[in-house]
Amino acid sequence: MHPREQLREKALAAVAKAAAIGEDIDLSQYRRTAPPQLPMAEADLCSLPQSDLDRLLMGGVDVKSHERGGTYIMKDTTVLHCSSKQEGVEVLPIRQALEHHPWIWDYYWKAVAVDADKYTASVELDLHDGYVIRALPGSKTIFPIQACLYMDQDKLQQNVHNIIIAEEGSELHIISGCVTSEHMRSGVHAGVSEFYVKKGAKLSFTMIHNWAEEMKVRPRSAAVIEEDGLFLSNYICMKPVRSLQMYPTATLAGPGAVARFYSIMVGTPITDIDAGSRVILNHPHCRAEIVSRAITNGGKIMARGHLVGNAPDIKAHLECRGLILGGGAMLAVPQLDGFVDGVEMSHEAAVGKIAQEEILYLQSRGLTEDEATATIVRGFLSVDIPGLPPQLQAEIDRAVQATNEESM
Amino acid sequence: MLVVEDLAVELGDRLLLKHIDLEIPPGETHILFGPNGSGKTSLLMTIMGYPQYKVVGGKITFKGVDITHAPIDERARLGIGMSFQRPPTIHGLKTRQMISLCAGGDQPDLEEMAERVNFAAFLDRDVNAGLSGGEIKRSELLQLMAQKPDLLLFDEPESGVDMENIALVGHTIAELLQKDGDLALPGARTIRQSRKARTKMGLIITHTGYILDYLEADKGYVLYDGVLSCGNNPREILHCVGQFGYEECVRCTLENN
Repeated sequence: MHPREQLREKALAAVAKAAAIGEDIDLSQYRRTAPPQLPMAEADLCSLPQSDLDRLLMGGVDVKSHERGGTYIMKDTTVLHCSSKQEGVEVLPIRQALEHHPWIWDYYWKAVAVDADKYTASVELDLHDGYVIRALPGSKTIFPIQACLYMDQDKLQQNVHNIIIAEEGSELHIISGCVTSEHMRSGVHAGVSEFYVKKGAKLSFTMIHNWAEEMKVRPRSAAVIEEDGLFLSNYICMKPVRSLQMYPTATLAGPGAVARFYSIMVGTPITDIDAGSRVILNHPHCRAEIVSRAITNGGKIMARGHLVGNAPDIKAHLECRGLILGGGAMLAVPQLDGFVDGVEMSHEAAVGKIAQEEILYLQSRGLTEDEATATIVRGFLSVDIPGLPPQLQAEIDRAVQATNEESM
Repeated sequence: MLVVEDLAVELGDRLLLKHIDLEIPPGETHILFGPNGSGKTSLLMTIMGYPQYKVVGGKITFKGVDITHAPIDERARLGIGMSFQRPPTIHGLKTRQMISLCAGGDQPDLEEMAERVNFAAFLDRDVNAGLSGGEIKRSELLQLMAQKPDLLLFDEPESGVDMENIALVGHTIAELLQKDGDLALPGARTIRQSRKARTKMGLIITHTGYILDYLEADKGYVLYDGVLSCGNNPREILHCVGQFGYEECVRCTLENN
């Protein structure tokens, strides 16, 4: 039996399987078809309506920028544009890869289980598309590759499967934006992402979410990092979203492998976010760091973190900080599991309010109470991410700054 | 001019300060002595406007404006600034950004300014994060240099500062209070003229009196159990406390009352 048929069978068995955590979404309420898009050349992207370009930009995707090594844009269910400008980096739609490149089968559904829940099953059974980005051995990208999953049709369920491979000794940076159009209100986004970081490779993945108020989002991501590889994941979600649940997992599968997760989230009154990161450290000298900063302005945010130490001489730290501003609920659930002698794992979780003492201190320097509060919040959300290219740090700062100014 | 008249202050339900009278004319720097827990920091925090210190009697006027119940930032904008003993850490806010905020509209030469208080290496650190006592003092000074207040309140500016930096801190404070030598350079102006040219006011809490090695203070007080007394030459007070302890102040106060 062809592997695709086996996967299909497994998926069929899981179509009704609720996820382990998070609200169970009734997928029958959503459409899985949309009018197909005609592919556009890179030059034509600039002629998209300005409102679309602005939305793309909010997700960190700048079609006019020269500081991007490649671009993938998917609108609703089809690919709008896919290109790579950089030698040593391949960017292609996953449907094309499945048809023409047998090597994809070494990666397809190898890190995430197809029958994990109804969302993974649905992605397999009704796959729209997704990107495959692969950095060839030893290649170093100068500029980040940008990808955008754009949703325009109301009531659509968008099914995406992405595979990212950093071959031995390569260095790859990706910025991936998920964006809804201005008029869109409700929909579901189910996105599977599988990351493979080979020996000595370095992969940074920065994801910026800009959803609509009634969007329900179920990313399903997993990464496998080999010896001395580095996986750096940054997640920013500052715009209203109805429901988001995810728990990306990185498995450190070789000595000296490193995974670092940074998340910045803001929950508005309608929001229910349940987001965590998990790192499984299977070999000596592996290291992991999970940092999350969350603010709720009336919504509910559950920030999880999980470190599993299966080998001696590993070092891992988990830091979860949350602020409640103007109502809402903030829950922090850090978990550390050590299974052998010689693991070194720690966590730091704090949920609270802005310290009055800090506001007064800034006021004594001449800031008004509002300015002081905004300054402290901006500081709370600003995370220095080592190893991130300056363009991407700038994108993160921009996203944080813009929303911060709006909401304060 | 800072005028404090018959001030009474509560923290929680406890009366901390009683019948405080104090006047600092432009150009003068006064020194505040007193044992631990006598209310020195409370007096400074009350003048700065920290809301937990509740004024239950009397009033505070600065530059002719009644600020008894003015919010802290209004006082800052009116020209009051303070060097804190234990300021909070502000995560994610770089010292560099903090200095710019202190400077308000002006854009000072940060690096050069930081160099002057031996603090350049800390500009990219979060405000007060992991600083030693002495480093905090220099960070506070740097913020005040940018803020340029007219009335400077110093809460034990020399405590925790190492021998190497003490002179630096002392001279910087003198400079901020226009009490450094430059103003009194012979030839350019008479001493009286330069004294008149001074506008800055200072109120400094000290236990050791080291600060007096770097500037001439105009007046000293002893605060004992919430009551201000003396109003003498600060060196004399320091000498007296050194010799007889604060007990003598108690006796003095009792006799005065």
